[in-house]
Order: sequence, then structure tokens, then C-alpha cells
Amino acid sequence: MSDPIIICRDVEKWFGDFQALKGINMEVNKGEVIVIFGPSGSGKSTFIRTINRIEVHQRGQIIVDGMELTHDVRNIAAIRSEIGMVFQLFNLFPHLSVLQNITLAPIWVRKWSKDEAEEIAQQLLERVGIPEQAYKFPGQLSGGQQQRVAIARALAMQPKIMLFDEPTSALDPEMIKEVLDVMIELAQSGMTMIVVTHEMSFARAVADRMFFFDEGLVVETGTPDDIFKNPQEDRTKLFLSQILTT
Amino acid sequence: MTDAGNTQPAPADIRPPSQLKPIVWVQRNLFNNWFNSVLTVLALGSIYFIGRAVLEWAFFTADWRPVTHNPILYLVGQYPRDQLWRVGASLLLVSFLTGMSWGKWKGIMRSFALLLGIGLAILGIIPAGGQLGSLAVRIFFLINLPAIYLGYLLGSRKFVTGGLVLAGWLLSFSLIPFLLRGTGEGTMLPTVETSMWGGLLVTLILAVGGILLSFPLGVLLALGRRSSLPVIKLFSIGFIEGIRGVPLVTILFMSSIILALFLPPELRIDRLVRALIGMTIFSAAYTAENVRGGLQAVPAGQIEAAKAVGLNNFQTTLFIVLPQALRAVIPAIVGQFISLFKDTTLVIIVAINELLNIGKSILQSDVEFLQLQFEVFIFVAAVFWVLSYLMSFASRRLETALGVGER
Ligand SMILES: Nc1ncnc2c1ncn2[C@@H]1O[C@H](COP(=O)(O)OP(=O)(O)OP(=O)(O)O)[C@@H](O)[C@H]1O
Ligand SMILES: [Mg+2]
Repeated sequence: MSDPIIICRDVEKWFGDFQALKGINMEVNKGEVIVIFGPSGSGKSTFIRTINRIEVHQRGQIIVDGMELTHDVRNIAAIRSEIGMVFQLFNLFPHLSVLQNITLAPIWVRKWSKDEAEEIAQQLLERVGIPEQAYKFPGQLSGGQQQRVAIARALAMQPKIMLFDEPTSALDPEMIKEVLDVMIELAQSGMTMIVVTHEMSFARAVADRMFFFDEGLVVETGTPDDIFKNPQEDRTKLFLSQILTT
Repeated sequence: MTDAGNTQPAPADIRPPSQLKPIVWVQRNLFNNWFNSVLTVLALGSIYFIGRAVLEWAFFTADWRPVTHNPILYLVGQYPRDQLWRVGASLLLVSFLTGMSWGKWKGIMRSFALLLGIGLAILGIIPAGGQLGSLAVRIFFLINLPAIYLGYLLGSRKFVTGGLVLAGWLLSFSLIPFLLRGTGEGTMLPTVETSMWGGLLVTLILAVGGILLSFPLGVLLALGRRSSLPVIKLFSIGFIEGIRGVPLVTILFMSSIILALFLPPELRIDRLVRALIGMTIFSAAYTAENVRGGLQAVPAGQIEAAKAVGLNNFQTTLFIVLPQALRAVIPAIVGQFISLFKDTTLVIIVAINELLNIGKSILQSDVEFLQLQFEVFIFVAAVFWVLSYLMSFASRRLETALGVGER
């Protein structure tokens, strides 16, 4: 049971005078799927961005796959190549084709040959269901397709961990499902995932544990069953009643 | 949400003009009410009278002798006539590489190659006096046409990579100065001091050299200005703001005179090179500010995504930030280069015989020419206009090719 690949101990983060994270504790085991939810401004994005050090935490410890996140540049590079990240606004590189978006990092960071990288990219595009879009540019794709390219881009580095920051909240309703389907398949394949989302259908389907964030703290944590059927905290109940009715 | 403004169907009569018959287009756009009709007639009338006056002046009144008397002066100045083949060979290299670039990259390079070919063909067959009319010089020009085509054939071949063509350009641009300047007396290439160079040759050396050198320097300064290392940042800010606060003429004076005063004679840098340094640092400061605008326009999410896939800072800058930043500021940068091109005329003040200065000295060379300033200046202005226009044409083509403004 206990084989943590991510350990966060009392992680704190300030933006100037404002404390965005007030001591977050979380241990994630290999293959676990974690869903983080909570009101806007509660620090969900800030927290998952500290895990691949896009944000720098100021106190506490973050250990990923046995390596502690410090200012050591080599550690950061090593950890980033083990963690894939998918953003709310896709953040695809608009000047590069879909194929180039996916192969850029494998070629320059993993030092694969171009042919090798393109072959794997093509396989990934098939996996996310858009093999025919390889030579288009991001601007020529729908939102759902762009997000699936972004997932393929992250997977191309063969990460051990995938982070998702509200991957479907910028999408039109009819495209949400195509992205969630890819994520569910990924979860079932055994990927370790931390997902910030308010898509409760996803949480019910594949989450192992859920964390409710509010004001920079973890207010409540438990299995989806615990959280949906038997929430302990008033704030959790209130928030759930708001998102489940709308 | 952005579609809200576009939901109404477009009215039928604002279709692009190209889809309408000419007569219909004229009716709808020029004579659609009495006021427009009057304006149209007035405009046509003025165009007719002004145009007629200009043509009459150009063909009957104007005395073009200062231009036609010895046109080769406008091209190369006092470059020794028995060494002109070296200029011809440099031109040949450029033609060949332009042809290769056409074969390799097609698109805008094709337009460049064709324009170069047309320009040289005109120079080759135009009736001209002096040495420009000589058979040898005509052959120098016309031989470039097969060179362009040969380059095209070679550039279209599979094994010629883009890197190879770029290397060819780089090599030629480092070779041409030696070819023109020479390797010393008694060698195959006797020295031709740059004080003998002149005309379009010098204008183009200053413009092309200035552009090629100031662009990378400007990009580095723009990046330096955003650097997290205080020394680099301060240096960049100091350089950019220092240069931008000073007129180009002053910089040219300083680079010419002060450099010459302070360096020991054996280290003396050539006069033309000093002017080129002045132009380069001036243009680099402005390029840096343009590029900075582009850098600021790249969304933070792009850099985050690049880091998240594991690219280091250098790779992120090279592959993600710069391409997007530069693409956004092509119009501004080309505008800057056009200014630089026209500003080459300012090297007159350090007594370099670029195109305009040649025109002036031709005027003074003969009492009969003294009254003909207008003709000479019109001619020089026309040359500048054509070349500047080509640059802005190229910029627009480049923008479309790279999809600037599309998202
Ligand atoms: N770069 C920053 N500078 C200053 N404050 C910031 C910065 N980034 C985030 N914050 C603040 O930190 C708090 C947490 O932000 P965060 O983006 O993590 O919230 P979130 O839970 O992801 O919210 P949302 O659901 O809206 O995405 C917010 O109050 C936000 O204003
Ligand atoms: Mg967020």
C-alpha cells in the first residue's frame, strides 16, 4: 500500500504578503489518482505548480520519486522530465505543428532521434484519438483536440506522474467528454495523477482519494465515497451542494 | 463569445471587389452618388495633369546627363576599373546563393530571386554611356542570370539542406570583404582601399552589413534587458538607453573620429568599418526595443509549458519565446531596417562616398552639371525608393507566410 512517489510536508507559499498555501500535507502512492477541488483562489493551482517547481515553495518539503525539490538546477531538470503537466488553457506552442509540439522535448531533453520521437508521437496521437491531426497547427484545432494534443505532449516525455490543472474548464460542454475519456483511460492504465477538477463524474469514476482545498489549507480528504456520501466538514458540504446543483 | 459581432450575414454588395465586374465596381465605388462622382472626376483630373507634367519634365525638359554620363560611378564609385571583376564576382556569389535559396525555400525567396534577375537584366541591356555601356560590364551583369538559375537547380536538390545554404551565405559574407579589399600588393588581389569604394556598393555594404550585425546584437540586448543577472541587465539598459538618446550623426562622428583618435595607428580600424560599427550599434538599440515589445507579448503560459516539458532556460528562449516574439514584431523590425537603409546617407558627414554623396560629387565634377541638382537627387531618391519599397514588400510577404496576426 504505502509506496509514496510524492511526499509534501507542510508546504507553504507566499505571494508577497499573501499566503496562498498554509501548510499542505499530501502523500501520493504510485498509480494513485488524486482529485483536488475547492473554491476559486483556494490555492489548488498554486499547489500543483509547486510539485514541478513552476512555483517555488518557501517552507516545507516536497519530495518527488526520492528527490527533494531544492534550488539545485539538476534536480529540477530531472524532476520536470518525470512529471507531465496539462494546463487549463492548453498552452500549446502556436508556432509549431502538432507533431513538433510533441517531439520538441523528447528530441532536445531526452535526446531521442527525430524519427524515434515522431514514431512515438504518432502512437500517442492515436492513443488520444487524433492521429490525423499531426501536421496541423494548434490554431487549426478545436479546444478538445488541443487539450488532447497537450496530453500527448506531456506523455511523450514518458513521465511517471501527470498533473492536470482544470483541464476541461476552458472547454465547451460537448468537448469535455472526449478529454475526460482520455484521462480516464490514462488513470486505468496505472498512471499516477493529480487532477484539479470540478468534474465530479471523473472523480467518481477513477479517483482514489479527493482533497478539498479552502484558503490555502486541506480542509477535508477521503475516498470519493466518503466525500460524496458522508462529508464531515460544513465547508465541504456547502461547496459540494453548490457545484453539484449547478 | 467572440462570435457575437459576426452573426449578421454580410450584405451582398460588400463582396471583395475582385468578384465584381470592373464596370460594376467603378459604379459602386467611384460614382455611387453625386459627391463621390465629383471627387472622382477631380481626382482623375489632377492625376492626369500632374502625371503629364511629370512625364513631360522627365522626358523633354530634364537633362539626365549627370546620371547617364558615367553611371558606373553610382554603382561602385572610384573602385579601380581594372579590378571591377572583383565586384562582379561578389555579385555573382550573391546571385548564385539567392538562386539556391529560391530552390530551397521557394515562396518569398522566389520573388527575391526574380526581382534580382529582372534588375540585373535591366542593368545589362539598358542603353548607357561610359563604362556601364561596355560589353564587359554588360556581361558581368547578364552572367548573373544563369548563375541564379544554376543556384535554383542546385537548391532544389534533396541533398542541399537549409543549413548548407545558410552556411553558404555566411561564408560568402565573410569572403566578400576580403575579395573587395584585397590581400595586399603583389598578390592576386591587390589592395583597394575602402576610400576608393563608393556608390550603391557602399550603400549596400552599410545597409546589409548593418542589418545582419544589428539584428543578432539587438536580440541579445533585448534578452539581456530581461536577464536576471544584474550586470547584464544594467549593461543592456545602459547601452540601449544611451544610444537611443543620441542622434545617429553624433554616433557616426564619435565612431569615426574618437575611435581614430584613441586607437594607436597600427590598430586603426578602417573608415568604412567604423561607420558600419556606428550604424550597427545605433540600429541594434532600436531593434532591441522592438524585440522587447515582442518578448512581452509572449504569454507566461508558454514559458510555463516549456519548463513543464523539461526544456531549460536556453532552449525555452530559443525554441519557444524568440520565434513567437520575433514573429510578432516583423513589421516593426523591417521598418527599423528601412530607416537604417535610408540613414546610410548620413555617412556623408564622415566623408564616405555612398550613393547620395556620389551624386553630389558628380554635380561638382563638371560646370555644366552644376544646375542639374534636381535630376541627380530625383534619381538617387528613386533608387532608394525602389529598394525601400522592396523591403516593405518582402516584410508583408513574410508576415503572410508566417501568419502574423492569426492565432
Ligand atoms: N503570481 C501570483 N501573484 C500573486 N498572487 C497570486 C499569484 N498566483 C496566485 N495568486 C493568489 O494566490 C491565491 C491562490 O491562487 P490559485 O491560482 O492557486 O487558486 P485556485 O484554487 O487555482 O483558483 P481557481 O479555481 O480560480 O483556479 C489566489 O488568491 C491568487 O490571487
Ligand atoms: Mg486554478
